This record gives sequence, C-alpha cells and structure tokens, in this order.
Amino acid sequence: MMELVEFPAPAGRATGLPGRIWNALPELPPSVVIGSTVLLFWVVCAVFGDLFVPYDPYAEDFLAMLAPPDALHWFGTDQLGRDVLSRIVVGSRDILLVAPLATLAGVASGTVIGLVLGYFDGLVDVVGARLLDTLMAFPFIVLVTMTLVAIGPSNFTVILVIGIAYAPLVARTVRAAVREQRERDYVSAARLGGESTFGIMFLEILPNVRETILIELVTRLGYAFFSIATLSFLGLGIQPPSADWGLAIADGYGFLAGGKWWVVVFNSGAIISLVMATNLIAQGIGAFENGDR
Amino acid sequence: MLTGRTLSARLGTLLLTLWLVSILVFFAGQVLPGDVGRVMLGPFADAQAVAELNKRLGADQPVLVQYWRWFSKAVTGDFGTSLSMRGPVAPFVLESLKRSAALAGVILVFLLPLGIGAGIVAGLNQGRFIDRLIVLAGVSFGIVPDFVSGLLLLIVFGLWLNWFPISGVAPDGAGFWTSSYYLILSALPLVLNLAGYIARMTRAGVIEALAADYTRTAVLKGLERPEIIVRHVLRNALTPTIAVLATQTGYMLGGLVVIEALFGIQGLGNLVLNAAKGRDFPMLEAGVLVMAAIFVLSAAAGDLVQALLDPRQRRRSPS
Repeated sequence: MMELVEFPAPAGRATGLPGRIWNALPELPPSVVIGSTVLLFWVVCAVFGDLFVPYDPYAEDFLAMLAPPDALHWFGTDQLGRDVLSRIVVGSRDILLVAPLATLAGVASGTVIGLVLGYFDGLVDVVGARLLDTLMAFPFIVLVTMTLVAIGPSNFTVILVIGIAYAPLVARTVRAAVREQRERDYVSAARLGGESTFGIMFLEILPNVRETILIELVTRLGYAFFSIATLSFLGLGIQPPSADWGLAIADGYGFLAGGKWWVVVFNSGAIISLVMATNLIAQGIGAFENGDR
Repeated sequence: MLTGRTLSARLGTLLLTLWLVSILVFFAGQVLPGDVGRVMLGPFADAQAVAELNKRLGADQPVLVQYWRWFSKAVTGDFGTSLSMRGPVAPFVLESLKRSAALAGVILVFLLPLGIGAGIVAGLNQGRFIDRLIVLAGVSFGIVPDFVSGLLLLIVFGLWLNWFPISGVAPDGAGFWTSSYYLILSALPLVLNLAGYIARMTRAGVIEALAADYTRTAVLKGLERPEIIVRHVLRNALTPTIAVLATQTGYMLGGLVVIEALFGIQGLGNLVLNAAKGRDFPMLEAGVLVMAAIFVLSAAAGDLVQALLDPRQRRRSPS
C-alpha cells in the first residue's frame, strides 16, 4: 500500500515562475532588465507626467503652430501650437491603462474557454473549436472595426473589443497546454479522489499551465499596444481631446509633405519604444523558461 | 492522391465557417447598433424619418426575417444597395478587390524571396552572427505597427531621398510597371512586418530537417552538400512555411486596412474602413464577408498545397 506523501517545497526557495524570477533577479536576462526599465519609464510618465512636463499639454499657442524643435520646445509644437514633448509624456496615460486591461480581459476569458475546451472531449470541443476558427477567420482589424462601429469608439469599447479578439487566440494556446496536462497522473488521481470537474480544471490543471498563461499575457500586451496605437491612428480607438500617440500621428501625418516631420517622428518613437520594451520582456521570460537566454 | 472525400470534407467545413461568419457579420452590422435608422440619421433626426428609413431598409422586420432576406440575396452575389454610394454594393467591392490584389501581389513578390531566403540563410548558419542578426531584425520589424514603419519609410524614402512617390496611386493610364512602382513603398511595411515571421518559420524548418535522419542518411550516402540542401533539407523545410503563409493572409488583410488608409489606395481595406465610419452597413457587410472568404479560402489552399507536398498527409483521412 502506497502512502501519498506531500513533499513540502524547500524553505526559502520559492517555486513557480514568479518565485524563480525573484530568486534569479541578479541573473535576469539583460533583455528583461532593459525592457522593464523602458516600461517603467512610461509608467512613471503616465502616473506622474503632469508634475514634470515642461508645458501644459493642452495649452494651445497660435503664435507657435508647428514650430520645429528648438531650445524652447525640444520636440517642436503641433498644429495647434501644443508642446509635442509634453503631449508625448502625458499621451502614455490612456494606452497604458487601456492595453493592460484589454489584455487581462482577453487572457482571462481565453483561459476559461481554453480550460473547458481542453478538458472536455466530444461535442463541446468540436463545436467550440469551430467557433474559435470562425472568430479567427476575421482579420483582427476588421473584427475590431465592426464592433467599434456597432457600439461606438471609447476606451471601454476598445478594452472590450480587444478582449474579444484575443480570447480565441489565448484559448487555442491554453487548450493545447491543457490537453497535454489532462492525461497526467495527478489529474487521474484527483478524479479518483472524487474531486469535482470544476475543481480539477481550476485547482489542479490551471496552476500547472500558469507559465503558458504568463507568457501569453506579456506577449499579448505587446500586441495590445500595437493594436491600440493602430486603432487610434485610424480614428477608431482613443478619442480626442485625449493626448495620444496614435492620434497625434494621424493629425501630424498631413503636414509631412510640407516638411513638418517632428510630430510624426517623435510620437512614432514613443510607440516603437513601448512595443519593443514589452517584446523584450516577453522574449526574455520565454527564453528564461526554456533555460537559455 | 487526394481523395474526393478529403476535398469534400474540407469544402464542407469551409462553407460552414463562411456561413457562421455571415451570421456574425450580419448581427454586428445590423443588430448590435440597435435602431439602424437612428444610427444612420443621428440623434436629432425626426422620429418619423427614422421609422420610414427603418421600413425602407427592412429593419422593422424580425431579426431572422432580415437575416434570411439578406443571406438569400448575398449568396447570389447581390449584397444590396450602398447607403452612401446610392448604387449596388457588388461593383464597388469588386473594383476595390482588384486594387488590393495588386498591392498584395507586390507584397508577395518581395515577401517570399526575402522571408524564405533569410530563413534559409539563418537556418544553415544556426547560432552564428548572421543568424542572430536575421532573427533580431525579423522580430524588431515584426512588432512595430505597420502604420509607424510605413510613415518612417515614407519620410526616409519618399520625402528625404525621393526614391519613391509618396502616394500609392499611379496617375490615370499608367502602365503595369509604373503602377507597381507606385505600390512598392506601400507594400514595404507589410513585407518587413511579415518577413521576420516567415524567416523564423523557415529557419525552424531548416534546422529540423538538418537534424533529421534522412539528412544523415543522405550525408552518409556521400551526396554533395548542395544536393542535400536542395533535395532533402529545403523540400522538407518549406512545407510548414507554406502553412504559415496561409495563416498570415488574415494578418495581411488587416494590414491592408492601415496601409491603404496611409497611402490613399481605394482598396478593400479602405472600403471597409470608410463603410464603417460612414455607417454604410450593406457595404461593410459585403467587404468583411469578402475578406473572410479570402482568409478561409487561402487557409484551405494552404492545407491542400501542404497535402500535395507531404506524402504523409495524403493518406490521413479526415475524421
């Protein structure tokens, strides 16, 4: 007769991904350090930006419209004479609020769907998989465009729509990971031990696929920044008068042919730095998981 | 060879998917906005005018009746009358489809050699500097939004260096080569965006094929390295790449929306975007349905080509 022995984790050494990252903090991949630093910089801008911007980001100055960068306005001014640097600092606010919430919504709902589809066989899985295929048959932007038109663009609808768009993608990844776990002994043991289906899915399997979910979360966040900037540029995302990078580019775009490059270039730089930083973190964590860096 | 059963099963799922998409499209376009007439005429319009418009559009009927009316016409190619263009939708969709196809053609002409070539070079030089460079460049370009890279390319090559026209549309009466030349700058953002992904997939395929038993057998047989690479490694490495290419069609269609808006090309992407902004629901539904059809068809085509290239998949019958 075998006894089921619980092995306690060795004291002082956290297990699990967050714990291992904490233990390995001194030897984190440089990409994670660089990425986190840039991301942190933008978070500081979003939260405390108002305290240190050189100008009021919303103050219009009709005597200095589209002024090129100089000692007064480091990044120049836009078509209403507003200081581009100040607007970039404050412009991080909406995107840094909307993107993580949208990602969270998509990953949370996708995880639940993936758990259900991965755990059950038969009709549930077949019908579910077909529905996921259908949702994914929509080019992402088109899905978003249609929904935003149907319910009108606002920060809330952007969160909702990106959540809907990401759910099937996340669900597919989680489903595959759950399938792999489902045949393991601990699941059979839990089933024999009389644990409920709900308990097996959320208390047994879910903790074992959390690393898949974490990587999915960071990767999707990068794409959320990408998508939200694009939506703002198309006029379907964050709405004026909010200061926003994608909006600023859409406004400044028409002045390019006249040689007024600064609005577009500096705002593009801000977007690039944000998506690159997030991607560096995602790649770093992924490599960390695979044991190489 | 491919059995008739495989083909008909694939066709069946394809039609099923398209039908589900048509439901989704219809409900997002007609039902979600609630009062279609009110949405179109604005909040200050006369209530009677709204009711009249709803009656004319058939929006006062039950939802299922509306769907059936729309669906039974749509399958015959009649997508209704555009609300903003005051004419049948189908010719507009067809015309914009042609322009988008031209752009997609230019994209593919650059994308395939660049992506697959870079992937092969990286895979054959795994771990070396050139490999790391290709992977890093691919990832970097892959995560920058299309409209940002498009604008930066436009500034550098269109405005500073003056190598390319900054509009994607050639003057009327321009020949094939001139029109294609005008499209190059518009195509580049998507080429750069997708090339990295395709290169990564090709690279993975090459590395896997290099390590496979059949390659070792070929080496031990004493075949020359170029022959091994072309006949054994590449043939096997490119099969997954084709599948990847098919799945990226959806991404490309989404990218067209952005690129066409940026370079002023009146293609399918711009049609959908403008229809959405102008609340031209029949136009929007037709455009989205055509996009979904392209996506589903190319995924199926990808499966077929893959089955033709990979003998193992021919025998596998669909469950």
